[in-house]
Amino acid sequence: MTLLAVERIKLFSTRSPYWCSALALVLGVGLTAIIAASTDDGQLSIGVTQFGSSQLALSVVLVMAALAVTTEYRFSTIRATFLAVPNRTSALVAKTVVVAFIAGVLGEIIAFGSWGVAKLLSPASDLAINTGGEWRHVAGIGLLYGIGAVLAIAVGILVRQTAGAVAILLVWNMLLEGLIGIIPKVGTKIQAWLPFQNANNFLALPAGSDPGEGMAAGIDFKLSQWGSLAYFAGIAVALLVVALIVAKRRDA
Amino acid sequence: MIEAIGLTKRYGRTVAVDDLSFTVQPGRVTGFLGPNGAGKSTTMRMMLGLDRPTAGRVLIDGKPYAELHRPLRTVGALLDAKWVHPNRSARAHLRWLAKSNGLPAKRVDEVLDAVGLTQVAGKNAGGFSLGMSQRLGIAAALLGDPKVLLFDEPVNGLDPEGIVWIRTFMQNLAAEGRTVLVSSHLLSEMALTASELVVIGRGKLISQSTTSEFIDRSTGNTVLVRSPQLAKLGPLLVDKGFTVHDGADGALTVSGATSDQIGDVAAANGVVLHELSPQRGSLEEAFMQLTGDAVEYHAEIGK
Repeated sequence: MTLLAVERIKLFSTRSPYWCSALALVLGVGLTAIIAASTDDGQLSIGVTQFGSSQLALSVVLVMAALAVTTEYRFSTIRATFLAVPNRTSALVAKTVVVAFIAGVLGEIIAFGSWGVAKLLSPASDLAINTGGEWRHVAGIGLLYGIGAVLAIAVGILVRQTAGAVAILLVWNMLLEGLIGIIPKVGTKIQAWLPFQNANNFLALPAGSDPGEGMAAGIDFKLSQWGSLAYFAGIAVALLVVALIVAKRRDA
Repeated sequence: MIEAIGLTKRYGRTVAVDDLSFTVQPGRVTGFLGPNGAGKSTTMRMMLGLDRPTAGRVLIDGKPYAELHRPLRTVGALLDAKWVHPNRSARAHLRWLAKSNGLPAKRVDEVLDAVGLTQVAGKNAGGFSLGMSQRLGIAAALLGDPKVLLFDEPVNGLDPEGIVWIRTFMQNLAAEGRTVLVSSHLLSEMALTASELVVIGRGKLISQSTTSEFIDRSTGNTVLVRSPQLAKLGPLLVDKGFTVHDGADGALTVSGATSDQIGDVAAANGVVLHELSPQRGSLEEAFMQLTGDAVEYHAEIGK
């Protein structure tokens, strides 16, 4: 518990988490607001409300999580940390827990914030959250952010520099996984096993209920939606374990 | 007490620290001296568990650093004053350190006061001058009221006031019975600060002794003798087995003898002395002689 408090003090005594959170909120909710404002009243669906939160804002949260560790390396405060807490694994796990929790809470705020804005701007649309799938689509954003944060921290520990970690995370999330689908024949088969594609599969609304959605289209996922989430989480945790082993062996 | 035992660090084929063994005793300031690149910082990082030794180990009060419970309560270290987040306030920096080792929040204000940073505690550490950063680093080292203190080149880049402040501070810490290890590449600075010296070059131990022993041994003492009866005194000194050279303006320089011995010889033979003064070579010369072979990056002078 002490270590969690330490990481909380560290995180909230610098500005970047506040800026990243604010940016994620503005991008996530803002995009929904723009879409809602430009769509005829009554035409909006739940799937559209989470467009910003599940794509744009997620990238900002990944960057925030990576920054939480790369800035420690950049300013060598990681060494001060390891002097105070020689057990590197527990120090880094504590950081991961704190950042993932904050990312999760932020995800819920953005998801329901987006939903609320859509309801406000498009009162005639059917935006009631009724089914389990709809709940998962909105409330699942928090889980997605939390797991994404774990993955981003693992990349941050491995790469140690901000530019590198951010580039890897953004290219991976926004470009690489999508581009692999272009590969003839095997592309979509590979995509079925890529982490962020599985994250999207977890969020996806049941087919037919959401024509405007189109997320994870054309990929034949072998896992159930919750299975996809577990798979995404498994990859994040596996990467974190590798990062922790590397951090333990490496000179600080 | 700090014990380094067979400490070795290799980076690929480069040997940064080579089978280094020495001890640092409590109650005095021990200087850790060596030219740039001799392996001082690497050694200190290994002492604190930051770098993993290729071989050997370091014990602090009998335990490796990683096994200390709440290590800041046993060891305080200032390796680099810039190991702070520039956008975090000095107080917040100390607050998370204190929290991590179960130290009360009021201890933060105490150490801020001790180093004279109370006024700027709420300011971001990134805006601090080198002197202020150094004070913040010392405050962090003192946080746990540790018995063992390590400072890596603490006076580098400081103005004379800051240098005197740090020097006095370290001597006071040692006088309280703490173990204090200070690294430096300047013998002249160490001569004023440390009473014990561990000297290394190219990662190897060159000597461990008291500072005065080291200086006596390495500066090659000579004594300047001036007398109207040098023609009589000279041969007498040679008979005693001392080396005698003709010095400037008719004086003699004698090596291998103390001024006491020369005075005794003169008195026993009724020789009048006008001057009898021990001469010391410069500390820098001595240090360069000792570590000359062990300097990593040589610059040829006057060739």
